[in-house]
Amino acid sequence: MAPVGTPYFFYALAALALVSGVLVITRRNVVHAALALIVTLLSVAGLYLMLYAPFVAGVQIIVYAGGIMVLFLFVIMLVNIERSSKDRRFNRMWPVGLGAAVALLALFVFAFTKGKTLFPDRMMSLPESSNTQQIATMLYGDAGKMGPYTFAFEIASLLLLVAILGAVIMTKKKI
Amino acid sequence: MVPVTTTHYLVVAAALFVLGVIGVLTRRNVVVILMSIELILNAVNLNLVAFSRMWGNLHGQVFAIFITVDAAAEAAAGLGILIAFFRNKETVNVDEIDLLKW
Amino acid sequence: MPNFIMSYLGSTVTPGEAGSQFWALIYVFIIFGGVSVAVMAMNWLERKALAHFQQPIADAIKLMLKEDIIPAEADQFVFWVAPLIGLLTAFAVYTVIPFGPSQAVSDMNIGILFMLGVSSLGVLGIVVAGWASNSHYPLIGALRSSAQMVSYEVAMGLVVVSAILMTSLNENGTGTLSMIGIVRAQEQQGIWFIFKFFPLGLIAFIIFAIAMVAETNRAPFDMAEAESELTAGYHTEYSGLRWSLFMLAEYAAMISVSSIAVTLWLGGWMRPFLRLLHGPSWDFIFSLFPGLTFLGLAAIAFIGVVRMPAHSFFKIQKIGLAAFAGLLGFIALLLLVIAVAGRSADTSVGARLNESIGYIYWFLFKVAVFMYLFIWYRATWPRYRFDQLMRVGWKVLLPISLAVLVLTAIVGVLVS
Repeated sequence: MAPVGTPYFFYALAALALVSGVLVITRRNVVHAALALIVTLLSVAGLYLMLYAPFVAGVQIIVYAGGIMVLFLFVIMLVNIERSSKDRRFNRMWPVGLGAAVALLALFVFAFTKGKTLFPDRMMSLPESSNTQQIATMLYGDAGKMGPYTFAFEIASLLLLVAILGAVIMTKKKI
Repeated sequence: MVPVTTTHYLVVAAALFVLGVIGVLTRRNVVVILMSIELILNAVNLNLVAFSRMWGNLHGQVFAIFITVDAAAEAAAGLGILIAFFRNKETVNVDEIDLLKW
Repeated sequence: MPNFIMSYLGSTVTPGEAGSQFWALIYVFIIFGGVSVAVMAMNWLERKALAHFQQPIADAIKLMLKEDIIPAEADQFVFWVAPLIGLLTAFAVYTVIPFGPSQAVSDMNIGILFMLGVSSLGVLGIVVAGWASNSHYPLIGALRSSAQMVSYEVAMGLVVVSAILMTSLNENGTGTLSMIGIVRAQEQQGIWFIFKFFPLGLIAFIIFAIAMVAETNRAPFDMAEAESELTAGYHTEYSGLRWSLFMLAEYAAMISVSSIAVTLWLGGWMRPFLRLLHGPSWDFIFSLFPGLTFLGLAAIAFIGVVRMPAHSFFKIQKIGLAAFAGLLGFIALLLLVIAVAGRSADTSVGARLNESIGYIYWFLFKVAVFMYLFIWYRATWPRYRFDQLMRVGWKVLLPISLAVLVLTAIVGVLVS
């Protein structure tokens, strides 16, 4: 099934992602910044869909927008930063930070313009309908052998266990 | 209209990355700094998935999934530290979190 | 003794004035018992009368005309956006729900993943609504409600994965995440997944049924929005149209998770006994069911018309209900005609229409059974306390769902 209207969707989603990214770093009210981050995450998920990566888009929505952002909102409410909405938003060194970031952006633009010929746009040779199955093959292995990322997958589960334990222990009242 | 190439996605990812870096460097609120770190990780993910489509294999997408998992663990740990610290000092201003300074 | 009684009955003053303690005491007992019984009867009468008074259309009109109150210190934009998030996510799930093999909005390859993602986005609407109200009770209600939803999402996701494992046990050995593919897998394997690997499918279905009631904040898991507990929880400060948006989102979410349960375990659009009672004659008998159901509904409406009091106040209601009964009867006649006309197995328009009506009807019938069960649960079971609720979610449902997943995988490998 050929995609339709690709440039329009791309520009719309990219503009949405960038505008909400700017809102994240500039809003005084932290809840507004969190909502803007949710919009950014959802538009990035849309960009993944355009890149023929539906499984990564689904994981992004479930884990990032539905899990991590709920966690952020919980903490914002528990921490209850009424007082901080009257503080200054940016710290004293903000020109230095801005200058460094603009220099970084200039470096990126330089790299892209110089290396433009190195990025050929090849179509993905694998059909979209079995994207999940192929990712599963890479993660879990196939027909008795381990896949290229099976070991990393198991280590990632250990990482999550450690994170859970760390979060529980750090927020206990008495250890 | 110009057809959308890989470079377009890389430019968007670079812009998101720079926005995240500005957020980390300039904001005072710890929660906003953590959210800017999530922006940076998303920019990296977008980069990886764009390259994965360019090369035609799925290594980039699997790496992006691992980064997402990692970001979840890191957000949990970072927010746990924040809550534990907030119990002590009642502030989320990163300039006032200086208990270890001499 | 009799003249004692006659002395009271013949007197013209009350027992208190006459100094007769015995009769005064009798009076006290009569009043105490009588008032208690009258209170019970009054309670029952009030519910019955209110049920007759309250009607959905009047309710909707009242909600739209109510004054729109926004708390003074509330965050205006977020207050406005919160019901919309809940509504959008509740309705977005319907894009993947299949009413038939080709009767769905779109058949995404990652249908189940989309459903899980969108329902986890629904939690955000509740959290944001509680925060935006700028008041203690909504905030606590929102935190409790979202903690509950997040906890039961884990168990729900695991049993959904075990159902998808069962789809991979067909000939070419590949499973699918698309909803139409899951029902097709049940069709191919000839068994509803609730009965597969008995009792694993049944336990998975029961866990999903419990988790879906908790996901939609319905009784007995409605601690967060119960009026007697937290003054209506996260939607306390919402009035009028905004509150009706929350209610709309809640009922839409109920229907959508029931549809998911029907698709994953109860065979979706397949009619019952597809393998056992097969053949064209049985197909014809089952295809008469839609028409007969509407005929039964028309009969119930008609009996309601007959039972109405013969008073001039009720004339409009009688005419309205009779017209409705007539409409239902007409639809029933239409469906029966289609069922008879499409009897032959050729690919005429009538036969295809007959098939589509059959698919949609059986799907909606199963979903309607679930909706009735939701109301039954609310009427019958007492509420869970919040810590009991979290204990059930994490300590009971999660280990059982993990065990079901592992056992399904093991049995699946052993069988094939």
